[in-house]
Amino acid sequence: MEAMVSVLIGVMTASAVYLLLRARIFPVVLGLSLLGYAVNIFLFASGRLQLESAPLVEHGLAQLPDPLPQALVLTAIVIGFGMTAFLVVLALRAFHELGDDQVDGGDKP
Amino acid sequence: MNHLVVLPVLIPLLAGTLLLLAGRAGKAVERGIGLTATAALLLVALVLLSRVSAGELMVYYDGNWPAPYGIVLVVDRLSALMLSLAALLALASLLYAINGDDGRGPRFHLLFQMQLLGINGAFLTGDLFNLFVFFEILLIASYALQLHGGGRARVRAALHIVVLNLVGSAIFLIAIGAIYAATGTLNLADLAVKVAAASSEQTGLLRAGGLLLLVVFALKAALMPLGFWLPPAYAAASAPAAALFAIMTKVGVYAILRVHGLVFGPDAGATASLLSPWLLPIGLLTVFIATLGVLASRELRRLLAHLVVLSAGTLILTLGLDSEAATSAALYYALNSTLVGGGLFLLADLIARERGAAQVRLDREQAVARPALLGTLFFVGAIGVAGLPPLAGFAAKLYILQIAYLHTAASWVFSVVLLSGLLVIIALSRAGSALFWRTGDTAVLEADSGLLPAAATTLLLCGTAALMLGGGTVTAFTQATAAQLADRTAYIDAVMANPVVPSLHRKGGS
Repeated sequence: MEAMVSVLIGVMTASAVYLLLRARIFPVVLGLSLLGYAVNIFLFASGRLQLESAPLVEHGLAQLPDPLPQALVLTAIVIGFGMTAFLVVLALRAFHELGDDQVDGGDKP
Repeated sequence: MNHLVVLPVLIPLLAGTLLLLAGRAGKAVERGIGLTATAALLLVALVLLSRVSAGELMVYYDGNWPAPYGIVLVVDRLSALMLSLAALLALASLLYAINGDDGRGPRFHLLFQMQLLGINGAFLTGDLFNLFVFFEILLIASYALQLHGGGRARVRAALHIVVLNLVGSAIFLIAIGAIYAATGTLNLADLAVKVAAASSEQTGLLRAGGLLLLVVFALKAALMPLGFWLPPAYAAASAPAAALFAIMTKVGVYAILRVHGLVFGPDAGATASLLSPWLLPIGLLTVFIATLGVLASRELRRLLAHLVVLSAGTLILTLGLDSEAATSAALYYALNSTLVGGGLFLLADLIARERGAAQVRLDREQAVARPALLGTLFFVGAIGVAGLPPLAGFAAKLYILQIAYLHTAASWVFSVVLLSGLLVIIALSRAGSALFWRTGDTAVLEADSGLLPAAATTLLLCGTAALMLGGGTVTAFTQATAAQLADRTAYIDAVMANPVVPSLHRKGGS
């Protein structure tokens, strides 16, 4: 399972970087969302991966999961969600004010 | 437990909430709330400063959770100093803004308080993930403040900043994940203990985490090669926002000093002095590129934005000299460059208002209405920022070079810092003569700015003179701060001491 999760994180990060390097705003937003997913799974995995353990706490189970990464991921999801929403609105405004959806700063008339 | 410690976070939060509630109550109410809160903040910061100046560490356990589990806020000399600096800068920016700049976009005062909340929180927190949260708060407020007033340049710059910082946040989280996976804690004091005792198989993860953190903080501090976002953004921002932003790069430098100094310090086992090989070259490169930017600027605001990058580079270069005395010199330099940087951004806006369509382009098309006042302020600011006697910029630079003299890289530091100083003086004198001298027989435009903006600008620019006059006291304090930072054991002991605090529910016998 460790191999699968790490390959998953790697593929998502690579795709996210590819999308981020596009010059248009929509792929960049998608890339940032994908990067957010990859980072969240990475954070989650930092508390060690376990099979068949309780979601948080359960009587009679010797192995309990680490709750802190779950809290971190939750916070990161909320912040990432807010930031992405802001970016989408800003991108729309930029499209109206600048007249194109380029993010690399080419100043076209 | 002293509740004074949490006030620098609570005051802006309460003021922000009040401003939300009083949304339609009118400008006067908003200004009143904003000014009262910022003045109260300055007062609290100064009280904290006087409390910790004797060397005491004030630790606040949020929700009364014991140290490695809950979030702690810590005030030491460095935190108190940065809090006071931020509050002073904020008060001057706000005094400038209430002359009309706050009306150019919605919710200026709310965003301003949220920005202060993030900055103060970053200075106070003793927890790595909490630092991330406060960074996000100050960032999202800064995006909106950057956009204050609207316009093409601001929107374009904001788009770049948001995308860059979102990537930066992702890297921050990866670094936090790596460090947590290796140590199982995020409390900075606990991290310092765990990292020093880390086994060799965790060293790789820890090194990766520590260096990723450097990338994130370098992005915030606009160090090269991650600082190219700053000049267009700060040049486009409205004056009060740009003046407040003068402390934002220092937040990045503060984070490097705090996190890497405490966790990856010289006694951190296999990851000891993780950053020592990096800071000096990064600083030199930043100063070099920023100097080229200063020379190439055709507009005063852009020139000032490059000067902000230059000051961040000089700070990192000084920290890269890697000694207690160097930390002290860096702090003295940071105080001067923040106040003068903020003051000059306000001054650039004063000049722009009086030049009408010519704005602050460095040409001779338009004379200003009050050449004596603005010219004098510009002269003081330029001397303060370029490091000429008799103001504090000179003392700070002398202090840095005095320490660099004994360092093995002295020739690099001397040549880059002195050459950059000379080129900055040339650029500033060229700018000053274009703006104030030989402006031809152009008609003077009617000046609409009152006395308050000029007073706010003067307040900040006088900071450099005050730092020079009180130089002995200030350097004694920065030396004590550097000594306190070097004494990691005292910090760790203070945070992990966990004094028993009487709980409301203890009588129930749980």
